Amino acid sequence: MLRYSLKRALSLTISLAIASLVIFAVIEIAPGDPASFMLGVNAQPDTLAALRTELGLDQSKAERYVSWVTGMLRGDFGTSYTYRTPVSQMIADRLWVSLPLALYALALSTAIALPAGIYAAARRGKPGDLAVMGATQLGVAVPNFWFAMMLVLIFAINLRWFNAGGFAGWDKGLVAGLHSLTLPAIALALPQAAILARVMRSALLDILGEDFMRTARAKGLTRRQALWRHGLRNALIPVLTIIGLQFSFLLAGSIIIEQVFYLPGLGRLVFQAISARDLIVVESVVMLLVFAVITVNFLVDLAYAAVDPRLRSRT
Amino acid sequence: MSRNLILGAGLSSLVVLAALLSFVWTPYDYAALNIPAKLQTPNGQHWFGTDHFGRDMFSMIMVGARTSIAVALLAVGIGMSLGVPLGLTAAARKGSWLDELIMRGNDLVFAFPSLVIAILITAVFGAGAVNAIIAIGIFNIPVFARITRGAALSLWEREFILAARVAGKGAARISAEHILPNVANLLIVQGTIQFSLGILAEAGLSYVGLGAQPPTPSWGRMLADAQTMVSFAPHLALIPGLAIILTVLGLNLMGDGLRDWLDPRLRVART
Repeated sequence: MLRYSLKRALSLTISLAIASLVIFAVIEIAPGDPASFMLGVNAQPDTLAALRTELGLDQSKAERYVSWVTGMLRGDFGTSYTYRTPVSQMIADRLWVSLPLALYALALSTAIALPAGIYAAARRGKPGDLAVMGATQLGVAVPNFWFAMMLVLIFAINLRWFNAGGFAGWDKGLVAGLHSLTLPAIALALPQAAILARVMRSALLDILGEDFMRTARAKGLTRRQALWRHGLRNALIPVLTIIGLQFSFLLAGSIIIEQVFYLPGLGRLVFQAISARDLIVVESVVMLLVFAVITVNFLVDLAYAAVDPRLRSRT
Repeated sequence: MSRNLILGAGLSSLVVLAALLSFVWTPYDYAALNIPAKLQTPNGQHWFGTDHFGRDMFSMIMVGARTSIAVALLAVGIGMSLGVPLGLTAAARKGSWLDELIMRGNDLVFAFPSLVIAILITAVFGAGAVNAIIAIGIFNIPVFARITRGAALSLWEREFILAARVAGKGAARISAEHILPNVANLLIVQGTIQFSLGILAEAGLSYVGLGAQPPTPSWGRMLADAQTMVSFAPHLALIPGLAIILTVLGLNLMGDGLRDWLDPRLRVART
């Protein structure tokens, strides 16, 4: 297990290093000089030069890459070109919206999908199964931002149960905060729940055909008992992997959903930074998201190997 | 042929036909402003109603189909034209450093949150259909490489490939003449699925303003425009949304149906 973990950790480090290089390179090719963008067209050459020095833009590309990466390792993401505040502070503020949103959506998606998938598998081929499968077929076809708009139309504008957008803030209490994240979380969760329900169903169906399930039935367990005691536990392995992978979709998906609900999360930060050409913010937020996704996948791999020793020999 | 395939193919052809027809005919000029006729709900003259500038929604949906299909199709094209040769090469050189390099590269691209990178690419190089195509296309490459390699590996063990080798054919020729035709079915099915994902991705990018730019209509941007008016003109949001859903649903059903139709063995395995 240790050997496997080290091997995976090495590949995680390489992935992160390459990711940081790619992101840095993409930002480097970006047309336009941040310093002249900040000062406008009438900037004096010496002011421009001073600002370029202040932002570190006069250093070579290699120097800037190294100082960007080592800075991030220390938790220093640089200073925003437009707001003149530390990027780490801006990210930390926004993370308190985006992270709970992604986790809320993940919880909703799991809470909907697992029972639906189990229900469908237990009633394979019957009307209940067909209904669940039909719903999941529709669920994967619905763009989540459109679904979000429909939720606003129904639950915010017509029924007035929720606000159409904005975030109450955690200082108003947990309930108020969760209340303002509920519609966004539902919108984010729907397509993921559809995928997860399908995975749950097919994982369970695969297991139902296994010899040990036949043994369980042969020793006198009912179909339902066999399913709950032996089937479910084994079927959960692929399901857990998908749940792990979904976290990345949810975090990335929240970028667009935040636009629909005007939530002050990382997504809005990225778009504001893009329109202001505040590339250091874009660069750091993107790197942070990539880091989160790659790290979560790494942890899922480790958890997976801990549960199922056969996997350690592969890779 | 299954019901899925017929229904899916029917829906998909409807959308493709609408897109093709829009090159020669739309009920109105999709860009023509007609403020006095603004925000009409669907009626006899304007089948899908009009938007806040009085533009005919039906015509915009038809032309928008063109954008969605073009972006998604070209993105699948990028994925296939690079991914398939990579997958074939990796399979032909199984276990070599080249195989390892290709597969690790794939893993790396897979690990990236695609939407975030698509946003980065379009943000840096400018919003527009071409950059959206590239951004979506890049993430199709590992999908096709992986699927091609997986299928090709098992083919390489088969006797007819051995026969081809005995006949003196090289790895490249065997890949092109014998492996590729045998993985084509699989690629068509996956292509359909990636096509539907491409439609969704394009809609998402145009919704946040990073896809096709005005005056080219796109379903995602129609939704973005509709957002502030959803309370008094819900049809502006409903119609483009339904267009996206029906297209994606059609393609997914077609993909499922094609898979069953082309490879009956999978019917049992997939359930």
